[in-house]
Amino acid sequence: MSYFGDIYKGIKTLLTGMSVTGKVFLNNKNNSITQQYPDNRETLKMFNRFRGEVVMPHNEKNEHTCTGCQKCEIACPNGSIEIIWDRQIDPESGKKKKMIDQHIYHLGMCTMCGLCIEACPTDAILWAQNYENSVYDRSALTKVLNQPGSKIMPGVED
Amino acid sequence: MDTNIANSNLKSEDYFINMGPQHPATHGVLRLLLTIDGEIIKKVEPDLGYIHRSIEKMCERDSYQQIVHLTDRMDYLSSHINNEAVCLTVENALQLEVPERVKVIRTIIGELTRIASHCLWWGVMGMDVGALTTYFYGFRDREMINDIFEETCGARLTMNYNIPGGLMFDIHPNFVKRTKDFVAHFKTKIPEYDKLLTGNVIFQKRMKGVGILSKEDAISFGASGPVARGSGYSCDVRKYHSYSALDKVTFNEALKTEGDSLARYEVRIQEMWESLSIIEQLIDNIPEGEHKVATNAVIKLPKGEFYQKVETARGELGVFINSTGTKNPYRLKFRSPGFSNLSLLNHIAVGGKIGDLVASMATLDLVIPDIDR
Repeated sequence: MSYFGDIYKGIKTLLTGMSVTGKVFLNNKNNSITQQYPDNRETLKMFNRFRGEVVMPHNEKNEHTCTGCQKCEIACPNGSIEIIWDRQIDPESGKKKKMIDQHIYHLGMCTMCGLCIEACPTDAILWAQNYENSVYDRSALTKVLNQPGSKIMPGVED
Repeated sequence: MDTNIANSNLKSEDYFINMGPQHPATHGVLRLLLTIDGEIIKKVEPDLGYIHRSIEKMCERDSYQQIVHLTDRMDYLSSHINNEAVCLTVENALQLEVPERVKVIRTIIGELTRIASHCLWWGVMGMDVGALTTYFYGFRDREMINDIFEETCGARLTMNYNIPGGLMFDIHPNFVKRTKDFVAHFKTKIPEYDKLLTGNVIFQKRMKGVGILSKEDAISFGASGPVARGSGYSCDVRKYHSYSALDKVTFNEALKTEGDSLARYEVRIQEMWESLSIIEQLIDNIPEGEHKVATNAVIKLPKGEFYQKVETARGELGVFINSTGTKNPYRLKFRSPGFSNLSLLNHIAVGGKIGDLVASMATLDLVIPDIDR
C-alpha cells in the first residue's frame, strides 16, 4: 500500500478505537463498576451465600446446636476444624452425653470450600458474610467458635 | 554496512536471559530461559516448579468430595469446568445418573466461566502487546459474571459448586435474570472489542504472521483448545465427546486455518459468541427437579481405571483416576491443557524477536498453576 494510504489507515483505526473509549468516557455514569471502598462500608452488602468465614450462631440464652458429632472435622480437607469434646452429664436425662468443649476453627488455613457446612446435620455452623479478615497477628485467625459458657440447645440430637 | 560486519572476523556469541519468574508478561511464576542472538530468539526453555503444590499427591490423601476443591486451584480461570471434570469422572465410575437440571446448570455456568476466562485473557493480552485500555474493559464485563457466581455459588473465583452427584445447592432465584442481563449486555460489548483491538493496525501488525503453528505440529505437540483450533485442528471435546447438557445444544466449533497469533485470537473471540449462544439456548428451559442425587457420605469407587475429559477455556482437561476400591484414589492424574500448549512455545518462538515471544505467549493463554499443579 502507498505511504499516504498507510497513514490514512492508521489514523482511521486509531479514531475507531477512540470512538469506543470516548463513548465510555462521556457516558461513565452508566458504565462505571468502580467501588469506593472502604468509604462505602455501610452500603456494601455481600450476597447471602458469600463465604466469608465459618461462624456458630448462638441464641439469646447462649445456646448453640453443635452436638460434637465431628462430621465437619472429617469433611474438612486440610484440618481447619478441630473439635475438643468430652462426655458430660446431660442435666435433662442425667446420662453421659458427648458435648463439645471447644470448636476450634483456623481461618488462616480455611479454603472456603463449604464442605463442613454441607456436612453439618444440625446447622450448627454457617457462613458469615464479613470480608475484612486481616489481623496483625496470625494467632488471631485461630478462633473458638462456641462462646464461653455456652451449651447445647435442649432437644438437639444428631 | 551489515554485510561488512557479517564478513568480518568479529566473533559473536549467544547470550542467555531469564524471562521471569516475576516478569509481568508470564502471567504467574513461569521462568523462561532464553538463548538469544541480538534480539533473535534461538531457544526458549521453560523452567517450571515455582508454584508446584503437589495437588495430584494431595488427591491421593483426600476423599472424592475433597478432591473437587483442589481443582479450583489448578486452572483458576475455569475452576467450575475443572470441578465438573472430577465430578463427571466420579459419577461415571459410580454409574450415577445426575438429574437433567444439574446437567443444564453445569453447562450454563461452565460457559459463563469460559466467557469470563476469555474476557480476562482478552484484557491481559491487549496489555501484553501495549493496549492498556483493554484490561479495564475486559475486567468490567468479567465483573458481571463474577457477581453471578458470587450470588449463586458463594465465591467469585474458587467456586467449588459441584459435588459428586450434583450441585452443592440450588441456583439463586436471581440467577436466570442476571444471566439474561449479562448476555444482552455482552452482545453489545464484543463488537466493541473488535472495534477497539481487532481492527487496530498496530495490533494487526503485532499479531499477523507471528508464532505460526502448523496443523501437523499442533497435533504432534498435543495442543488442544483454541491454540489447536487456530491451526485448523478440529478438536473441541464439547463436540466430539459431549458431556453434561452439551448434546442438547447446537453450536459451531470456532476454527481458523492460519495458525498465527491472530488466528488464535479470532478463535477465542468466536468462542465467546458460541458460548453466548449455548447459554441462550439453555437459560429459558432449565428443567425442574432436584439439584443433587444422594450419594454415600463416604464415596468408594469400584476397582479400576476411569478417565473423563472436558473442554476448559484453555483446552482439553483429562482426569484419570486409578482406584483400588478404597475411599481415596490410588493415583489421580490431570492432563492439563496448559502443559502441552507450553511445550510448543519453543517451536513457535524460535527465529522471532523477544516482542513476538510475548505476543505468542499471550495467545497461548497460559495459566501457570495449571501447568505446575
